[in-house]
Amino acid sequence: MDNLHSLMIVLPEVSLAALGLLLLLVGLVNRSNTTHVVSALTVLSFIITAATLISPHRLSFLMGGTAPVFAFGTMFVDDTLARFIKLLILAASALSVFLSGGYLENHKIARPEYPVLILFATLGMMLMVSASDMIALYVGLELQSLALYVLAAFQRDDAKSSESGLKYFVLGALSSGLLLYGISLLYGYAGTTDFVKLSFVFKDAAPHTIGLTIGLVFVTAALAFKVSAVPFHMWTPDVYEGAPTPVAAFFASAPKMAALVLFLRLLREPFMPLAMEWQQIVVFIAVASMLLGSFAGLAQKSVKRLMAYSSIANVGYALSALAIMNKDGLSAMLIYLAIYFVNTLGAFGVIISLRKQGQQVEAIEDFAGIAKKNPLLALAMTVFMFSLAGVPPLAGFFGKYFIFLAAVKAGMVPLAVIAVVTSVVAAFYYLRLIKVMYFDESKQIIDACPCFGVRATVTLAALYMIIFTVWPQPIIDGAIAAISGFIRG
Amino acid sequence: MTEIVFYLFATILILSAGMVVASRNPVHAVLYLVLAFFNAAGLFLLIGAEFVAFILVIVYVGAVAVLFLFVVMMLDINFVDLRSGFSRYLPIGGAVGAVLLAQLVMLGLAWKTDPQLLSVVQAAGADAVDNTRAIGRLLYTDYFYAFQVSGLVLLVAMIGAICLTLRHRKDVRRQNVDQQLSREIADVITVVKVESGKGVQL
Amino acid sequence: MISGLVADYLPILLFLGIAAFVSVAAVALSFILAKQKPDSEKLSAYECGFPAFDDARAKFDVRFYLVAILFIIFDLEIAFLFPWAVALGDIGWAGFASMMLFLGVLTVGFIYEWKKGALEWE
Repeated sequence: MDNLHSLMIVLPEVSLAALGLLLLLVGLVNRSNTTHVVSALTVLSFIITAATLISPHRLSFLMGGTAPVFAFGTMFVDDTLARFIKLLILAASALSVFLSGGYLENHKIARPEYPVLILFATLGMMLMVSASDMIALYVGLELQSLALYVLAAFQRDDAKSSESGLKYFVLGALSSGLLLYGISLLYGYAGTTDFVKLSFVFKDAAPHTIGLTIGLVFVTAALAFKVSAVPFHMWTPDVYEGAPTPVAAFFASAPKMAALVLFLRLLREPFMPLAMEWQQIVVFIAVASMLLGSFAGLAQKSVKRLMAYSSIANVGYALSALAIMNKDGLSAMLIYLAIYFVNTLGAFGVIISLRKQGQQVEAIEDFAGIAKKNPLLALAMTVFMFSLAGVPPLAGFFGKYFIFLAAVKAGMVPLAVIAVVTSVVAAFYYLRLIKVMYFDESKQIIDACPCFGVRATVTLAALYMIIFTVWPQPIIDGAIAAISGFIRG
Repeated sequence: MTEIVFYLFATILILSAGMVVASRNPVHAVLYLVLAFFNAAGLFLLIGAEFVAFILVIVYVGAVAVLFLFVVMMLDINFVDLRSGFSRYLPIGGAVGAVLLAQLVMLGLAWKTDPQLLSVVQAAGADAVDNTRAIGRLLYTDYFYAFQVSGLVLLVAMIGAICLTLRHRKDVRRQNVDQQLSREIADVITVVKVESGKGVQL
Repeated sequence: MISGLVADYLPILLFLGIAAFVSVAAVALSFILAKQKPDSEKLSAYECGFPAFDDARAKFDVRFYLVAILFIIFDLEIAFLFPWAVALGDIGWAGFASMMLFLGVLTVGFIYEWKKGALEWE
């Protein structure tokens, strides 16, 4: 009975894992369209998993699905927060698979392992956001990271892609080491790895137990690396630049969300009694990320590096929402993520679809004059850039607005001021790209790839940016429900 | 007796770890690494963690260190060039190392364990069962979840290794056992009546 | 308890001691007893009878590493089998099923690498 109950709780993950194994074997069939078929089936697997996740049968089995339920002892937790973010992660992964098709074929790296690795990375992310134990956290994180390292180096005949994979791997392994060291210190103090028990132990802890503080700092630093927050961001521009563009798009969307929610759960559950100690760290890395992401982005010439710095700045906004750590702040963070991932995927979609003589467009100056040849694409990019810059009335504005509001309400006015100032600075580089597209003379012929997947994604993402303005209720309600279920539980 | 063995293992461990960084020849560095692994295994043995000790020897010495050795011996890299930045990076690397060391010392001096925990640990130690069995009792049932996910991690590692390094050469003729076994006389031999003086046209 | 542990490993320590003694003795005896007339030819590395002419480091096929990495993965898998085999009596069918699932996942990996031709040497 107990096992059946556990199985029901992890059913979405189990089905995704089983489908992944199946697709790995399907990929062995040696046909010319195998990669296409496996990609399509991967997207289908994501849809099946999402349907299982929110199927009324499963939820009614879990007592309506409002209270958190645990599986495998206390290793795995399913609650409103986990379900909400898992839906976003599945959507982001499915869109990333969509974005990849044309690029892979153009670069002759279309192999069936690609969608399968995305699938396993997604599985790892789902396990991360549901982790309720340090060991579960670590294995989920490793499953995700290992698949991502391989994806970064997927274009293996390209030196830059290999370099980016290697860099990501070495630094990622270092941060995993930091994480494990921190966890071992916490375990050495508390004698347990279970989040709930840890929070009880920490409640009684003397306020300044040095081992505890150092352990906390190590764990926080490792997670800051995973979300690429300053000062652990150095890998991000290099990895984004070197990795195949759709992989960079994937990196900027799903793993960010997973790591941020993992961060949230860790700070809110086991570390909540230590809020005094971590709040200053989170505020610091949030401010540093916003500042560096905005100012360093100004000097970029490559559009992929620009997007990397943009993602650093955006992580800064999400982290400032995390530092507020009340209901308003956390739901603002979820809303922000729900907007940001579509926004960044759309922008990457435009970058992927532009080519000059069959080569990928990388430099910002290559965008010159594309408004004349590809007015629709330029329009879509304009929407994405305006939204990233936070220009009302597009979706990105609301994302930032809710965070600023929550910060002011919580009395963290300086944080809100820095966030506003940096988003004005960052607006400069987003608007510069628009200026280049519309007002600069083009020097070469740029054509758009006719790939269906990319076009569909870009169109969907642009529509989402606009529809959110008039009908934001589903996302806002979802985020608030997710957070209230989580905080009460 | 135990103290002597502990200090012996610990001293050799630290010295050989230092030599891993300091030795000029990378092959020697890997051999020092093996020595360090062995001594760490010895330390694990001393605290009664036999399983971990043997896994350290089997996996790290038997496989990982051998792979390292493989890489440094076979890669065509000029290691003198690789080390050229050593003195340049020494100050900053040394500073980071010093900070970590200071933290460790601080930790050691001020270490506290949750008071309630000690009784739990003692209770666990009282149950005298050898630790391989103790791990076995927990790993596959209580830690079922972590165990299965580790299986998936290993699977992803396998996929990754293959899809990053496997290449097929086009110009190599491979043995096809299936084809060899299913060959029949009729496929390969034709019996032709040869008329004298005319030869055979095939 | 700890001294008991050292006592448990006494046979291995003795074994190591004797092994060290025998190997040192073999080298030392040949060093002491045999006639030594070294010259440069005798001392040079022996490579199938022809002179060693190249650096030992050359680029090797990446395939070697693939084999080594796959070996490490299966080595780790085997490492999981030891405690399982020892404790199988205690953990019963649940433990058995757990290991079968684990092996099942890795068997899928094995089928994958077999069909991919990663185990073949060209």
